[in-house]
This record gives sequence, structure tokens and C-alpha cells, in this order.
Amino acid sequence: MAKSIDVSDLNIYYGDFLAVEGVSMTIKARSVTAFIGPSGCGKSTMLRSLNRMHEVIPGARVEGKVMVDGQSLYGPDVDPVAVRRSIGMVFQRPNPFPTMSIYDNVLAGSRLNSRKLSKADADDIVERSLTHANLWNEVKDRLGKPGQGLSGGQQQRLCIARAIAVEPEVLLMDEPCSALDPISTSAIEDLIHELKSDYTIVIVTHNMQQAARVSDETGFFNLKAAGQPGHLVEFNATKKMFTNPDEPATEAYISGRFG
Amino acid sequence: MTATLNPPEAERSEKPASRRGDRIFAGLARGAGLTILLALAAVFIFLFVEGWNGLNAEEATYRPATDFLGYIGPLILSTILAAIIALIVAVPFAIGIALFISHYAPRRLATPVAYVIDLLAAVPSVVFGLWGGRYLADLLQPVHVWLHDRLGFLPFFGPDPASPNGRSLFTAGIVLAIMILPIITAISREVFAQTPRLHEEAALALGATRWEMIRYAVFPYARSGMVSGVMLGLGRALGETMAVAMVLAVTPVATLNVIGTASPATIASNIALNYKEATPSRQSLLIATGLVLFAVTFAINFFARWIVGRNERKQAKA
Repeated sequence: MAKSIDVSDLNIYYGDFLAVEGVSMTIKARSVTAFIGPSGCGKSTMLRSLNRMHEVIPGARVEGKVMVDGQSLYGPDVDPVAVRRSIGMVFQRPNPFPTMSIYDNVLAGSRLNSRKLSKADADDIVERSLTHANLWNEVKDRLGKPGQGLSGGQQQRLCIARAIAVEPEVLLMDEPCSALDPISTSAIEDLIHELKSDYTIVIVTHNMQQAARVSDETGFFNLKAAGQPGHLVEFNATKKMFTNPDEPATEAYISGRFG
Repeated sequence: MTATLNPPEAERSEKPASRRGDRIFAGLARGAGLTILLALAAVFIFLFVEGWNGLNAEEATYRPATDFLGYIGPLILSTILAAIIALIVAVPFAIGIALFISHYAPRRLATPVAYVIDLLAAVPSVVFGLWGGRYLADLLQPVHVWLHDRLGFLPFFGPDPASPNGRSLFTAGIVLAIMILPIITAISREVFAQTPRLHEEAALALGATRWEMIRYAVFPYARSGMVSGVMLGLGRALGETMAVAMVLAVTPVATLNVIGTASPATIASNIALNYKEATPSRQSLLIATGLVLFAVTFAINFFARWIVGRNERKQAKA
């Protein structure tokens, strides 16, 4: 189920504006890869290009290659809708559908394309996904209640349950803890550790301790100067990045000398 | 219709406003809110006082009917039928156009389309009446025949023969639909465009197509705004005077048939057609019919709000 991603010479544009330039990296299957870097360096854009969510903005396009297990993500006959179905995403702020119950939120992805689900299958998906997201015990008695009634951390776990309910190959997380308190953050980080055995996870974070805690490999993005495109400075095993990085710029950022 | 508007900011906070600017603004906002209520009350009182005699006048006043209910019954029926036709035609179009402008069309196209639709609202109703009666009625006449032939077994399209000139309630309803299209479109478009990006992206990231995203994120968010738009459109359709008066061939005989040779006038167009020549007692009667229109519009609005509110309450409780 989990797949690796190969990115080579990727340039990402918004119209004429080059946002991210010349990124090459290999994201391993069943591992957690973190993107760190200062604000505006293109790490979120980079993440979004991995499931073509950046195309929500008109004029967005890419040059270069993104291959998921040897299949190009940007081939001429590839439907972005199908891409997003197999590469799930969790956002910065929890975004359960406000008018749907917890139960329906989890099933939202499975019900797309008007696929028919038997009641038993649906119950099964809901229980499995919520259990996987460490939320089942907290919500099993109120599955019919709206998802927005949960706490922020619970809502975020609900969004993770919703994303994994469709059994994606890759799970992208865009600063999933930035709107959460430390206890909820810790719950999500534990969850990321557990999900790693089944999914390829890519996480963008502003919190370097978080990158150090949860990830196996880390990519550091930076801008050469204001107004210049973002680029990948260094991509390495997390342990090495945080103890003995190859690039002086990485060390400067990690030790807090800038950013 | 005002239920969607928030109460003035000033009434929400308990603390007295301390700065002068705050106090002035709070006063203005409260004044504006009260003025509209006063105006509404004044209209109601006028209708009530002036129309009171019309409710139980001499029998002759109600000619060709003999009492008030007999007089106004056919008018109410026509009013509601015309408004229903207008809504059936206008709402899907308006929602479609609004979605096209807010979510489908490239910006280059969306802006001019939105502008043209807004312009439609600026056309005076008398012009719509002229166009509807002289041109659209002829154009739609074959449609009348077609409806009568195919669906004549329904009380709305038979059993009497179809109108030979197209000046029917059906044509009037279509003209009304065009007239209420801009307001429903404009309001729907605004609420659609305000759908939180976060919810749209939640749907898209699950692999929703654009239409699925609209069903998951846009419609649930916009529902109450869409109802407001439809209610404003309905209000206009119920109250529209000139266009209906100019299009419709009138008979006092109540009928469900909307494509027949003639239908009773709507309440508003009946007032316009008869007010000038009316005797004082007849005038009272017409004002009383205005009071009924006022009440009907109110009742429909409250009913629609109640339905929407009930759904939302159910959701909150679940």
C-alpha cells in the first residue's frame, strides 16, 4: 500500500512566478519525511505539489518529474482527482465538514463518486479508521454528533481518520499541529509514529523539535533572498541533519541563528 | 426576510459604549434597525385601517363573487401559481449561474457574466411586461400547445384548450422568473464565493471532483444564504404588478389551468388594473386584498425559515 516518491528537478510555478526551484529528493516508503524551513520558503507548496493540491490556485503548474512507485504524477492522462484519492492530506487547521456527523465525516472520502457502501462495510471502515487514528474510544458513543463539537486535537485526529479511511498510499500533513495545544500535539505525534508502519508520511512543520521527534529523514528548504524562489538546501537522515548537517546553512537554521 | 441580518452590533454587548464614536455609531445602527420595523408596522396599519371596510362590505362590492373569500380566492390561487412557476424556472437557473460565476468560470468570463446578470435587475418591470406580452407570449404559444397535448391530463395543463395567444399565467410566470433571476443569482453567488477555502480543500484532498466538492463544502455552507435569496425572489414574484398586468389575459373564474385562455389576475396586478376606476368601497376592497398579500408573503417567509431552522436545529441536536 505504501509507496515511495521520487522527485527530480521539480520547478513549481504560480503563473509566471517561480515558487520552488530545482528540487530533487527520494521519499522512502513507510517512513516519515519532514520538510522544515523559514516561512515562505515553499515547503507547503512543495508538499501540495505531491498530490496536485497546489493546482487549486489558478495558473499553478510544474516542470520536472514526480514519480510515485514509477508512475508519473503529472503524466498527460493522469487525473488530479485520482491522484488525490491515493495521496491523502491533512491540513494546518482541522477542517471536518461542519454539517456532517463524526460518522459521515470519516466516510466522506469513501462515499465520493457515489460508491455504494453496505451498512456493515461503512461501520467497519468507521471503526477501523477511528481506531487507527486513536480516536475510537473517545467518540464511539457519539458517532452521530457533528464533528465540530470535538476539541481541536480530536478534530485533527478525525481529519486523519477521514484521510486514512480511503486507504491512501501516501499521507501528506501540512503543519498538522500548529493550531493545537501541546497535549494534542503529542497525541498526533504518537499517531504519526504508529501510522508509519502502514503509510508513507510527509509532514511540513515549523517546529524543529517536532521534525527531530517524528521524522526519519528531513529536507531543509530556504530562500536565497527575498523574492527569490525557494529551494531544497539539504536532504538527509534526520539524525544527521540535527547533529552534523552537511551544509552550514542548515546548521545555522537548526541552531537558531536565523529563521 | 430580515432574519439573516445580524442584530446591530451595539445590542449584543451589555457594557455601555464609552467612546463618543462608538455611541454615535451604536445609535445610528439601532435607529436604522428600528426605522425599518416602524416602516413595516406603518404599512401594516395603513392596510389594516384602510382595508377594514373591504372585508365586510355590501355584496355588490364583491362582484362577480358575493363575499370577500369568493373574491380573493381566485386571486390568491393565481398569485401563488405564478410565483411557483417563476421559482421552478428561476431557482435552478440562478443557482447554476451563481455556481458558474463563483466556481467554474475563469475570472475573465465570470466578471462580465455577473455584471450582465446584475444589469437584468435594472430593467424596469414595465419593459418586461411589454416584452412578455408582445413578444415572449407569441414565442411561447407553441409550448402551450405542446404542454396541453402531452400533459393535458394534469389539472395545470388541461382540460380546457391551450391559450391561442400565449398570454397565460404560464407566460407571466416565465417573465417573473427572468425578473427574479438576478436577485437569487446575486445572493447565491456571494455566499458561494465565501465558502471557507479550508472546507473546499478538505473535499478536494479526499479526491472529490468539482461537483462533489460543491456538494460537500459549498452547498451546506451556503444553504441559509440560498434560502434568503430564494425568499427575496419569491417576495418579488408574489408582489410583482406591472409585468403580470401587461402579460396576463384576465378572467375572474378560478382555475388551476396555467396555460388556458385566461386566468384570474394576481393580487397585485388586480389592484393595479382596477384601482383607478374603483368606487371608494371597491378601493377598500382592493386595499384589503393588499393586506392579504402582505399576510401571505409573511406566512410563506416564516414557513420557509421555520423549515430551514428546523433542519439546522435537528443537526445541532443529533
